[in-house]
Amino acid sequence: MNLTRRATLALTLLPFAAAASDDALNAAIRAEIGEATPTEGGITLRVPPVAENGGQVPVTVLVDSPQSAERHVTAIHLFATRNPTPGIASFKLGPALARAEIQTRIRMAENQTLVVLARMNDGSVQRATAEIRVATGGCLT
Amino acid sequence: MSTNLATPRIRAPRSARAGEVVEIRTLMEHPMETGLRQEGGRTIPRDMLTRMRVRLNGEALLEAEFRNGTAANPFHVFFVRIERASELEFTWTDEAGRTARATHRIALA
Repeated sequence: MNLTRRATLALTLLPFAAAASDDALNAAIRAEIGEATPTEGGITLRVPPVAENGGQVPVTVLVDSPQSAERHVTAIHLFATRNPTPGIASFKLGPALARAEIQTRIRMAENQTLVVLARMNDGSVQRATAEIRVATGGCLT
Repeated sequence: MSTNLATPRIRAPRSARAGEVVEIRTLMEHPMETGLRQEGGRTIPRDMLTRMRVRLNGEALLEAEFRNGTAANPFHVFFVRIERASELEFTWTDEAGRTARATHRIALA
């Protein structure tokens, strides 16, 4: 079965296209970082360009940070732009973590953008995004 | 909804040299049902883990809060610098307040 046929099959299996609105995404982001304005970059995201199974998408987040007393990541937040709800997970990092790296597995309902925010100890926020194509949606099936 | 949470699985070294960075892998079997899924015209009830807390020698190391976008059977990998013989404690909590715990000791090599 080629990808196009599989994607078509996945779409017909979905009862409805229930993606969260931009408002819901923005509200979820504001709930985590307040009014901080994120700076682009400083985060390496490793994701598969095409997720065969949207129910189990491996993601590695690595923030460029020495994790020293002077400069370290305090939290990492993950959001989905086109899932039924935008929240994926939030991680609070303690000082004994050797590096600001988390590997997890996420759900993606359809082709969309993964948004990752990292809050530094000085309150600043860094942002990175990754496009993920999904062969079989992982939220409603 | 099951009455008890599954037994967590931890993969980490049993010993490390002082200052060594070690990889910790955790797997918790759980359906992570969002309550949005339907099967045969019926909505599958919500059943989610809310958080995973990891402590190193009694101090907060990593705290994860899970939302709908975390996959079933949450799997996480992270890296810790071991300075002395250490104990890691892991706790998962679900929305009904049930918990599952695990510990792992790392000796100095």
